[in-house]
Amino acid sequence: MKRAIGYGLFVAVAVVALAFLLLPIVGIFVHTSPGKVLGQLSSPVVKDAFVVTLKTSLIAQALIILFGTPTAYLLATHRFVGRSFAITLVELPLVLPPAVAGLGLLAALGREGLLGSSLSALGVTLPFTQSAVTVAVAYVASPLYIRQAIASFEATDPHLTAASRTLGAGPVRTFFRVVVPLARGGLIAGLALSFARGLGEFGATIMFAGSLRAVTQTLPLAIYAEFAVNFDTSLAMGGVLVLISALLLLTLRIGLSWQRSPSSRSPSLFGLSSSA
Amino acid sequence: MATLTLEQVTVPLRAFELRLSLAVDSTFALVGPSGAGKSTVLNAIAGLVKPAGGAIRCNDETWFDAERGVSMRPEERRVGLVFQDYALFPHLTVRQNVEYARRHAADEYLDRFQIRHLEHARPGSLSGGERQRVALARALARDPEILLLDEPLAALDAHTKADVRAELQQLLGGLEIPTLLVTHDFEDAAALADRVGVLVEGRLRQEGAPAELVAQPKDPFVASFTGANLLHGWTDGPDGSTTAVRLEDGTVVATTDGGYGAITLAVYPWDVTVSTHRPDDSAMNVIAGTITAVTELGNRARVTIGPISAEITVDSLHRLGLQPGRPAYASFKATGTRIVASRPPETPS
Repeated sequence: MKRAIGYGLFVAVAVVALAFLLLPIVGIFVHTSPGKVLGQLSSPVVKDAFVVTLKTSLIAQALIILFGTPTAYLLATHRFVGRSFAITLVELPLVLPPAVAGLGLLAALGREGLLGSSLSALGVTLPFTQSAVTVAVAYVASPLYIRQAIASFEATDPHLTAASRTLGAGPVRTFFRVVVPLARGGLIAGLALSFARGLGEFGATIMFAGSLRAVTQTLPLAIYAEFAVNFDTSLAMGGVLVLISALLLLTLRIGLSWQRSPSSRSPSLFGLSSSA
Repeated sequence: MATLTLEQVTVPLRAFELRLSLAVDSTFALVGPSGAGKSTVLNAIAGLVKPAGGAIRCNDETWFDAERGVSMRPEERRVGLVFQDYALFPHLTVRQNVEYARRHAADEYLDRFQIRHLEHARPGSLSGGERQRVALARALARDPEILLLDEPLAALDAHTKADVRAELQQLLGGLEIPTLLVTHDFEDAAALADRVGVLVEGRLRQEGAPAELVAQPKDPFVASFTGANLLHGWTDGPDGSTTAVRLEDGTVVATTDGGYGAITLAVYPWDVTVSTHRPDDSAMNVIAGTITAVTELGNRARVTIGPISAEITVDSLHRLGLQPGRPAYASFKATGTRIVASRPPETPS
């Protein structure tokens, strides 16, 4: 009897917790009718914000893949002095409050910042430009991709890379024909997470890039700017972001189930299972 | 046939240092307990581990030379390495695995290893024996100058092991390149290789033909490790409850195992009794001959009579006055024999 009551209590708590997680999503879609959402989507503010978000996100994710993948592979396969420090560094943006990250980017890359004079000597001004949005997004979202990539690379069997080498393939061919295909699922999952984080970026972007319509105003910034003026427009943009997030969540799930690995270790979502 | 030589190849390992000189020109088996550094030897030859010292050469080509600062990359050495777990690429089909080594050679090797029907299968769905054939096909498609096999039979269950061993025996016999294999099982080594080296804690304790090692082990470790005598002979098949095997010296012995054709029998030295008169007991097999060698190992002694070695106590050795040159009889039971290799006679075609 006592046991039944205890079990019931757990179920009740879980139901409340899950309902709490779902409630805001339901709220957005109940508050606006689909027709209204579609109507609002054609408003210029929404269009501008959508274009800015898409453009900056795609460039930021491309940069994350380009720089993050080799970094992750190096950290996953080599043991060197300062490796754990480097891994901690990769995780830094994850724990840094976004507003502080934006402040830091200003202090480093702003006109008066650490590298400001060098940048202006090259004729580059970053703060409050669209490039600044890309930089802010890349900064806060990169850890999610790199961490997952490290875990995936660590899970690939070193015998397979060794076999590839003895079969006559150099390191580059081995990387693209063996390592990447085997880590593919994990890399896609990491990218989905990183993309989702980048789309929602707010704090660092508003500090470092501002909120100029059609230039630096991304969907989250536009939602904030619009919600005092036109709540329905905000909700419509919110709906769009929810749909994109759902899609990314699905991609993440599929990616993780794809991650095939001959070793028994399964890459966990947030697991840097490395003991180094 | 080509030659692979290792000259004082040194690799520091966790508990000891591997230091090895070796010349491989046919089929060589490196045997030893696990953790003796056997796999490290293969990895050093393949270029996956960089030795601290020494040199590795293959057919006048220097693959590694510490003094001259030469160290070719793994992809530059023509090595066919078959890993213990076979290391087949799980995301590629059997055909793609073989093509990975050499693009246009796949058909030839798929046919040669009878895996053509599996060409579109992925390694995950293959049996242990099939995986080994794919791994061998892939390694040889690379067109290597030497074949390296890491514990080729360890990943198989006892049931398929005998079949795969016979298959491997046939393959190695027909290869035109030298083979270096490592195994922890002396019986496998003796069945597959014509020279065997016993590696213990990174050092080669003894090297020779399998029969030499059984007959004259240098130290107790080699003695206990080499275990069985190997008797080569011929049989027409089982007759009644036993199979009669005619040995190379003409002696006929009986075994309770079944077989047909060319046969290798294993008999453990501690199952062999030595006497100075022809014994009259339940042992079916008696080999008469002259004692050719007596090796004392602590309180045990190995006495070799013709093709077989017996292990007896030193007390018995002295009591019977056994010495090289004296006639003696070695006897063992038919139940104490194992057929370790059998090759049916080739049918004329």
